Amino acid sequence: MTVLDQARESGEVPLLEARHVKKYFPIRKGVLQREVGRVHAVDDVSFAVREGETLGLVGESGCGKSTLGRTLVRLLEPTDGEIIFQGKPIQSLGVRRLRPLRREMQMVFQDPYASLNPRKRVGTIVSDPMRIHDLGNRAEQKRRVGEILETVGLSPEHYNRFPHEFSGGQRQRIGIARALALRPKLIIADEPVSALDVSIQSQMLNLLEDLQNEFQLTYIFIAHDLGVVRHVSDRIAVMYLGKIVELSPAEELYTRPIMPYTEALLSAVPIPDPDLAEKRERIVLEGDVPSPINPPSGCRFHPRCRYATDVCKQVEPPLVDYGNGHLAACHHPLNVDEATLRRVEVAERHSPAEADDSALPQDSSGSSDPAFSSTHDTHSR
Amino acid sequence: MAERLLEVKDLNVKFATEDGIVQAVDGISFDLERGKVLGIVGESGSGKSVTAMTLMGLTRGINARFDGEVLYKGTDLLQVSDRDMQNYRGNELGIIFQDPMTSLNPVYRIGEQIAEAIQAHENVGKRAARARTIELLRQVGIPNPESRVDDFPHQFSGGMRQRAMIAMALSCNPSILIADEPTTALDVTIQAQIVELVSRLKDDFDSAVIFITHDLGVIADIADEIIVMYAGRVVERGSKRDVFYDPQMPYTWGLLGSIPRLDRPRPERLHTIEGSPPSLINPPEGCKFRPRCPHAFDRCMQEPGLENRVETPGHLDRCWLDVDYKREHRDETISGGSTEAA
Repeated sequence: MTVLDQARESGEVPLLEARHVKKYFPIRKGVLQREVGRVHAVDDVSFAVREGETLGLVGESGCGKSTLGRTLVRLLEPTDGEIIFQGKPIQSLGVRRLRPLRREMQMVFQDPYASLNPRKRVGTIVSDPMRIHDLGNRAEQKRRVGEILETVGLSPEHYNRFPHEFSGGQRQRIGIARALALRPKLIIADEPVSALDVSIQSQMLNLLEDLQNEFQLTYIFIAHDLGVVRHVSDRIAVMYLGKIVELSPAEELYTRPIMPYTEALLSAVPIPDPDLAEKRERIVLEGDVPSPINPPSGCRFHPRCRYATDVCKQVEPPLVDYGNGHLAACHHPLNVDEATLRRVEVAERHSPAEADDSALPQDSSGSSDPAFSSTHDTHSR
Repeated sequence: MAERLLEVKDLNVKFATEDGIVQAVDGISFDLERGKVLGIVGESGSGKSVTAMTLMGLTRGINARFDGEVLYKGTDLLQVSDRDMQNYRGNELGIIFQDPMTSLNPVYRIGEQIAEAIQAHENVGKRAARARTIELLRQVGIPNPESRVDDFPHQFSGGMRQRAMIAMALSCNPSILIADEPTTALDVTIQAQIVELVSRLKDDFDSAVIFITHDLGVIADIADEIIVMYAGRVVERGSKRDVFYDPQMPYTWGLLGSIPRLDRPRPERLHTIEGSPPSLINPPEGCKFRPRCPHAFDRCMQEPGLENRVETPGHLDRCWLDVDYKREHRDETISGGSTEAA
C-alpha cells in the first residue's frame, strides 16, 4: 500500500507531495558536450504539504531549496521522482495538461526588481495570468485587478503605472498580486522578503498571513532567515546539500533541534540583545558548504560536524521519525532521550506524509532553548 | 584615553539630481577612537552608505556638495585634494563593500588584485607584495593561501570572496576599517564567521571599525557605540546598552519590534512601521519620522534637536516625548505586546 492510499483512507490527501524527487544538472564539456558530471541540486527529497499549512524551507545558499521550489511547480523538470498535486501525479504531464494546474500553484520571487517586466504596466502584469487562462472579459479582469491590488495594500489607481515608480516593498506587493490573480491553492514564495528592509519585511509577513487566512492559501515558504521562517511556518524542513536533513513542527525545531546542522544554524542567528549575544554559545561552522557535484560520502554534513564519527563518513543516515512528526537524519541525534531513542525506528523514509497527523505545532514547554543555552548535557549519543 | 582617530562634525551631503536636491546626509556628527567599533544602523536610503563613502572621498563629483568637517587625525578630509586623498584611501582608511560578488574584478586573479593595492601605496617589489598578499590571506582565514592566491574570484565562495575583500582593505594597515553591510549577502553561518573575523582583525591591526548594517542582531554582537539613522539624520546615538535596553526614539523601537526574534516567544503579529521612508528631496516638515510615528503630537511639527534627554550622558535622541512616557509605552512596540523579556 502506498502512502497515498493510506492518506486516502484517513480521508486526507496532502495538497502536494514529493516522493524521491531528484534534480540533477548535467555538466557538459568539450566539443561533443559530453556529460562529465552532475550537480546534485536536489537529491532524493520526500515530503508532503497539507492544505492550509505553511511549510518553511530553510538552508544555506546552494542547498537546493530554490531548485526544489521550482521543480515542484515544474518550472524545472525533475530528473527523477514523483510530484503529486491534489492526488494526481504531475511530474510527466505535458504542457497542455499542466496548464490548468498552473492556476492552482503560483510563485512569488525574491527580487522584486527583476521579477516584474519593466515595460509593462501594473495592470497588465497582474491581469496577464487571467488573460492567459481566459478568465472573464476585459472589464471583469480590470475590476478584479483593482480588487486584488486593494487586497495587497496598493490602490486601484496604480493600474496604469510602471514597476519603476514603486519602492521595493510595493513591487513585492505587485508580485504577490500577480500570484493571487488566479486564486491559486498553493503559493511557493522563494525568499519573498529577503530583499526588503526590516520595517517593510514585517509588513509583508503580516500581509502574507492575512492573505492565507482570507483565501485559505497553502504556502511553501523558502528563506534563509530562521527568524522569518519561524514566524510564518507551521512546519519547517531544513535542507543541506540537496537533502532534507530535518523536518519538524516549527516551534520544536527551535527548542529541540535534533540534527547538529540545525543546532549550528540556530546558534549562528544574530540576536538583537547584547547581553544574550555575549552569553550564548556559538557553534561556528568551519568552512563552506561542500560542492554538490561531489557531495561527501555518508552523512553530507560530516566534514563540518563537531559530533562526526567514523560511521558518519561511511553510512548515510536515514530520516528517522522521533515522534510528533519530527524527522531527522543523523547518527548522533541531539536532544533525544534514551527512551525515545530505543522506541524509534527508521521511519519509512519516503513517506513523511504519515507523520503529518501528529505534526501540528505543540506546546513544548519545559525544554530548554538551544539557541541560547548549551545543549551538550541534553544531547545523548 | 584612546587616541581619537576620526571626528565628524555636522556633515552634510547633498546631491543635485534632475528631480531636485537630495539631502542624503543631514548634519551627522560622531567621534571614533582607536580600538572601538561604531555601528551605524538604518534602512535603505537612510544615508548610512553615503556617510561611509563620503569618509572615503568616494562621493566626490560635480553634483555633490559637502558641508561640515571630517577630521581624520586633525586633517579635514573634505578639503584634501583628490590626489592627496589617494594616500588616505587604503593607507589610513580601508573599506569593505556589501557585495563580494561584484566588488572583485572577475578577470584578475585574487592575488593580483590584492598585490596591486599594496603596490599602489607602497614602494615594494612584486615578490614582496605577493608574499604579503599570501600572509594577509592567511590572516583572514583562507585555507591554503599559497595556492589560492592564484585563483580567480569565481573559484571562491561568497564567504571567501568577502574574506579576500577584507584582506585587500587591510593590505596597507589602515587605522580605520569601514565595513558597509559586509554580511548582508552572506548566509548566517558565514555571517557569524565574518563578524568574528572583523572583530579579531580590529585587535590584531589595532584599528577602529565603522560597521554599517541594517541588521540589529549583527550590531548587538560587534558594536561599542551605535548610531541609528533615519532620512539622512542621526535620530539616536548611544552606547550599545543604551540603544538596546533604553531606546528613546520610536523609530528604534519600531526596528527592534519588526524583527522576528528567536529569543522571544513567537508573537501573533509582527510589529510594523507603517508607510515607507520619506523622500529625501521633499522631507516631511518637523521630525522626519513624524508621518510614520504612532506617538506623534503637535510639537513634532518642529524638529527636535539631537540632545541628551536621559540620565546617561552621551545617549542622544531626537524625540519630544517625555522620557517616562516613553519608558512606559515602548515595550508595546518592541516586544509586540508580550511582556516576557528574554
